Amino acid sequence: MAFSSLTCLQQRLDAGETTAVALAQHYLDRIQKYNPGLNAFVDCNVPHVLAQAGASDAYRATHGARLLEGLPIAVKDIFCTSNGPTQCCSKILHNYHAPYDAHVITRLKEAGAVLVGKTNMDEFAMGSSTETSAFGTCRNPWNTATIPGGSSGGSAAAVAAALTPAAIGTDTGGSIRQPAALCGITGLKPTYGRVSRRGIIAFASSLDQAGPMTQTVRDAAMIGAVISGHDPADATSVADAPRVDWLGACESRDMTGLKIGRPREYFIDGMHDGVRASVDAALEQCRKLGAEIIDVSLPHTKYAVAAYYVIAPSEASANLSRYDAVRFGHRCDSPEDLLDMYTRSRDEGFGEEVKRRILTGAFALSSGYYDAYYLKAQQVRTLIRQDFEHAFEHVDVMATPTSPVPAFRIGEKTDDPLTMYLSDVFTIAVNLAGLPALSQPCGMADDLPVGLQWIAPAWQEGAVLSAAAAYEAATAWHRQHPALFTGDAA
Amino acid sequence: MSWEVVIGLEVHVQINSKTKAFCGCSTAFGAEPNSQTCPVCLGMPGQLPVLNHIAVDKTILTGLAINATINLESRFDRKNYFYPDLPKGYQITQFSVPLVDGGYLDIASNDGKKRIGITRIHMEEDAGKSMHEGLDAVSHIDLNRSGVPLMEVVSEPDMRSADEAIAYLKQLHQLIRFLDVSGGNMEKGQFRCDANVSVRQFGAPLGTRAELKNLNSFRFIKQGIEYEVIRQIELIEDGGTVVQETRLYDSVKGETRSMRSKEEAHDYRYFPEPDLPPLRISAEEVALIRAGMPELPPQLRQRFEEEYGLSAYDADVLTQTRDLATWYEQLVAAHPKDPKRCANWMANELLGRLNEQGQNISNAPIDAKTLAVLLDRIDDGTISGKIAKDVLDTMIKTGQSADQIIEEKGLKQVSDTGAIDALIKEIIEANPKQVEQYRGGRDKLFGFFVGQVMKATRGQANPSVVNTRLKALL
Amino acid sequence: MDIDVKKVAMLARIRLTEQETRDLGPQLTSIMAYIEQLAEVDTDGVTATAHPHDAAMPLRADVVSNTNKRDALQKPAPLTESGLYVVPKVIE
Repeated sequence: MAFSSLTCLQQRLDAGETTAVALAQHYLDRIQKYNPGLNAFVDCNVPHVLAQAGASDAYRATHGARLLEGLPIAVKDIFCTSNGPTQCCSKILHNYHAPYDAHVITRLKEAGAVLVGKTNMDEFAMGSSTETSAFGTCRNPWNTATIPGGSSGGSAAAVAAALTPAAIGTDTGGSIRQPAALCGITGLKPTYGRVSRRGIIAFASSLDQAGPMTQTVRDAAMIGAVISGHDPADATSVADAPRVDWLGACESRDMTGLKIGRPREYFIDGMHDGVRASVDAALEQCRKLGAEIIDVSLPHTKYAVAAYYVIAPSEASANLSRYDAVRFGHRCDSPEDLLDMYTRSRDEGFGEEVKRRILTGAFALSSGYYDAYYLKAQQVRTLIRQDFEHAFEHVDVMATPTSPVPAFRIGEKTDDPLTMYLSDVFTIAVNLAGLPALSQPCGMADDLPVGLQWIAPAWQEGAVLSAAAAYEAATAWHRQHPALFTGDAA
Repeated sequence: MSWEVVIGLEVHVQINSKTKAFCGCSTAFGAEPNSQTCPVCLGMPGQLPVLNHIAVDKTILTGLAINATINLESRFDRKNYFYPDLPKGYQITQFSVPLVDGGYLDIASNDGKKRIGITRIHMEEDAGKSMHEGLDAVSHIDLNRSGVPLMEVVSEPDMRSADEAIAYLKQLHQLIRFLDVSGGNMEKGQFRCDANVSVRQFGAPLGTRAELKNLNSFRFIKQGIEYEVIRQIELIEDGGTVVQETRLYDSVKGETRSMRSKEEAHDYRYFPEPDLPPLRISAEEVALIRAGMPELPPQLRQRFEEEYGLSAYDADVLTQTRDLATWYEQLVAAHPKDPKRCANWMANELLGRLNEQGQNISNAPIDAKTLAVLLDRIDDGTISGKIAKDVLDTMIKTGQSADQIIEEKGLKQVSDTGAIDALIKEIIEANPKQVEQYRGGRDKLFGFFVGQVMKATRGQANPSVVNTRLKALL
Repeated sequence: MDIDVKKVAMLARIRLTEQETRDLGPQLTSIMAYIEQLAEVDTDGVTATAHPHDAAMPLRADVVSNTNKRDALQKPAPLTESGLYVVPKVIE
C-alpha cells in the first residue's frame, strides 16, 4: 500500500476497502519509522492528523466524498496553518503560530484532504538542497548521503519514501521541480497567478508559486484542480485565467502530432552524461509515441541565473524586512536599543544563506546600482519571456532535463554559493517567464533519479499534463522506489 | 544683499474611506490601540495587499480638480526602511509612475493671482504611531493607522514666501474637503505638510534646501518657514553653507532643529511592488469621475457673484465648503425672490449662531426650507426683521418652525392701521413736549416716536405702517 | 568590485560578526561578478518585466470586513503592554 498513488488510494476509499483513519495511521507509522533517518517532516501532530481523518470518514458517511476526501497530504513549512507551528524552517519564526490558514490550505481542507504535517525545506525556500533548514538537512531516500534537492526537499523526500502519498511545495526558481527530479517523483509548478499566494510565506513575490508533488501525473492534476483558482485576496491571482481540464488532460496516451521543442541551450557541456542519456532516451520514447521533436533556441537562457539572482534576492530583501522583532518572530535578549534589537535579532534569527541573499538584494537595490542590476535584470527577464513566446510559435511544449546533475552529496556545494545557484540553471527561466512546468522521472544516473521537465505556454497546464501522462503511461520510471523504504512499517 | 525664498510643499492628505488602503480594517479615528489591525496591515507572513477602490477614485477626482493628467497606467513601489511603526519594513507607495501628474492651483498673492504648479499626486499607505511620552526606556506602537490610505500632493518650488505657502495650503485644504476627498482635520493628522525651504539671491540657481517636518498647523507652518528662512540667510551671510537635511519644527521653542540620526543617510531602495500589478484606469472611468465632479470653489464664487449678485465676501464665505454652497442654493430655491437677503441671513445670522454653539451647517438643527419660511414671514409682513432674529434664535435652540414659534409666542406683527392709529394718538397725548419740538423742526425726534410705538407693541408693529401713520398723524 | 558589506548589512539591519563580514565580502563580490554578465545583453529599448503576466490590478470595495482580533494577533508578539507593541525607545 505504501507507494500507492492518490488515485489508487481514492479508489480504495471509495470502494470501502480502507478508511481515512486507516490510511492516516499507515502513513503516520511510516513517518515514525522512517522520518528520523530522513528528516523530511519538521512537524507532525499525530492526534490532530487522526482527528482530521476521523472527521473525513464521518463526512464521507453523511455527505459523500469531496475531491480529496480522506487523502493524506503533507505541506511545506512555508504554508501558514492555523493549527500547529509555521516556521519556514527558520529560527526567526521559531514556534510561530500563524493566525490563519493559507488559501491553499483552505482549499485542501475544503476538499476533505487530511493534512499530515509540515515538511522540511531550505530556510525561507532559499536553497537547492534543503541544507539551509534550521531543522537540519533533509536526506534523499535514494541515497541518504545525498541531498533531496530544494527548497521543497522535505516534500520530495516524503513522497519518494512514501511517508505521505502527496505533498505541496512551492517553486520560486525550481524548488518543486528540482527536488522532484532528484527524488524521482512528479512535481508541477503551475502558471504564475494560477494558485493564490496568500498565506505562503513570501520569498520572491513575482516568482513564487505553489504546486503538487506526487507519485504520478494524474495525482498532480487531482491536487492542481483543488488548489488552483482565483483568490480576490491575492492581487496577482488571475481572475479570468483560462481553465484547465485537469483530469481530462491526464487521459492522453499517445503523442501523435505533438510538437515537442528541444531547446538547445538546455543540453549543455558539463551536464551529467547519465542525465543527458536519460533525457535523450525520453525524447526518443516520445518520438515513438508519435511526437515530432523540433530543435528550438532560447538564446537568453544563459542569463537566466544572473537575472534571477538579482530579482529574487531583491524582492526577498524587502519581504524579509518584516522580521523585525516587533510584532512576531525572534527578539534577542535584552536589547540595548532599537538598532541593537533589529540587528541582533535578525543576526540570530536568519541563517547564513538567508543573510547572503538579503544582502545581495539590498546591495542590488541600493542607490547608484539599481539601473545596472535591478532594471537590467528586469529587461533581461523580458527577453527571456520573449524567447519562450517565439519558440512556442513553433512547438506545443518543450522538454528539457530538470537538473543538469542528479542528487549531489550533502555538504558538497555548501561552501560555494554560486555553484549551488547554478544547479537551478534549467528551472529558473520558467519562473522568470511565469510558465507552467512539470518534472517527472525519466531514468537513473549513478543509481539516482533523473527528471524530465515539460514546459508549456502560460495557462496551458493541460499541455504539460497531457505530454507527461502519455510519457508516464509508456514508461515505468515512476514505479521505481528507493529500496530502503519499500518495506511496510512494522 | 537681497534674498529670494523658495518653497515647495509636500502634503499628505488622508483619503476619506471606510477601510484602509490594502485591507478591510476600519479607519475610524480614536479606537482602542491596535484594535483596527489585521494580518495584512500588521505585515504578518504570507499576507497580501489588495487596493481600495475608493482611494483610487478620490485621487483621480483630486487630480481632475487641479487640471492634472491622470496616468491610465500607474505603478506601486516599495520604499524600504526600518521603523517600528512600519510593519512590513517597507511602505507601499507610488514612486516611478504616480496616478496623477502635473497640475496646478491658483492662489491670491500680493502680486495678484499666482499659479502654483503641482508636480504629482501619488497614493501610498500611512504608517502607525510611535508613542514615547511618559515612557522611560521604551516606545509603544499603535498600528491602527498603519495602512490608512494617503495621497501625497507634491508642489513645484513655486512659492516665494510663507504667506504664499499658507495661501496654497489653504486653497488645497479647501479643495480636498470640497471634493469630500478628505476630512482635512489637521489635529487628526488628516492633512500633514512638509516644507522644502531654500534661499538664493535673485536670479541665482536654487539653493540647498532643508526639509521641515512636524508642521501640524497653519500657524506652525508659517512660523517654521519664517524661522528657517532667517536661519539660512544668517548662516550664509556668516559664511556658512546650508546642508540638505531634515529639520524638525519645535513649536514650543519656535525653532527648527536638525534631526540628527545615528544611522547613515536613507537609501530607500525603491523597486516595483511585486504583489501589485500595474493600476490601469480606463478613459471611461476617468470621464465618469469627471462627470461626477462638483462645481469647485473658484467657479462657484464667480457664479454666486454673477447669478445672485453677492458681494465677493459673501460669495467667499458661502463657498468655503460644499455643504455651505449646497445649503445656500437650497435656500435660494426655497426663497427665490431675494438671493442677497438669503446670503445675508445665512452668512451673518445663521452661521454666526451656529458657530457660537459649536455647530456647523452640516449638523445645523434646521434646514434651508425652514429658514426660507422665516424669510417669507418677513416679506409678507407677519414679523419684522428684528423679531425674525429672535425667532431664529428659538429655531436653532428648538428646531421648531418659524410659524410655530410666531404662533406660540404671539409674535405676529400688528399691521392694522386702526389699532396703530389709536396707539399713536395715545403716545402723542402722553408726550406733548416732544410733539411740540418735533413739529418745531427737530426731525430727529421721529425715531423717538417709532421707538415708543414699538415698545408699546413689544416690537410687533409693522415698521412701515408705523412710519406712514406717524408721519400722517404728527 | 568593492562591496561595503558593513554598509549593506546596516541597510538590511543585520549585525555581522567580523568573521561573517570577512567571509561575505568575497562571496558577494563573486555573486555580483557573475551577475555582471548581464551587462553583455543589449537591452536598449527593452521594457522591464516586473510581473510575469500582463495583468491589471484588481480593486477591493471599501467595505469594512475585519473585526477586532487584537488578542489573537498579538499572541506571537515578543512584548506588548495594554494592547500596544513595546520596543526599545525610538529616538527621533
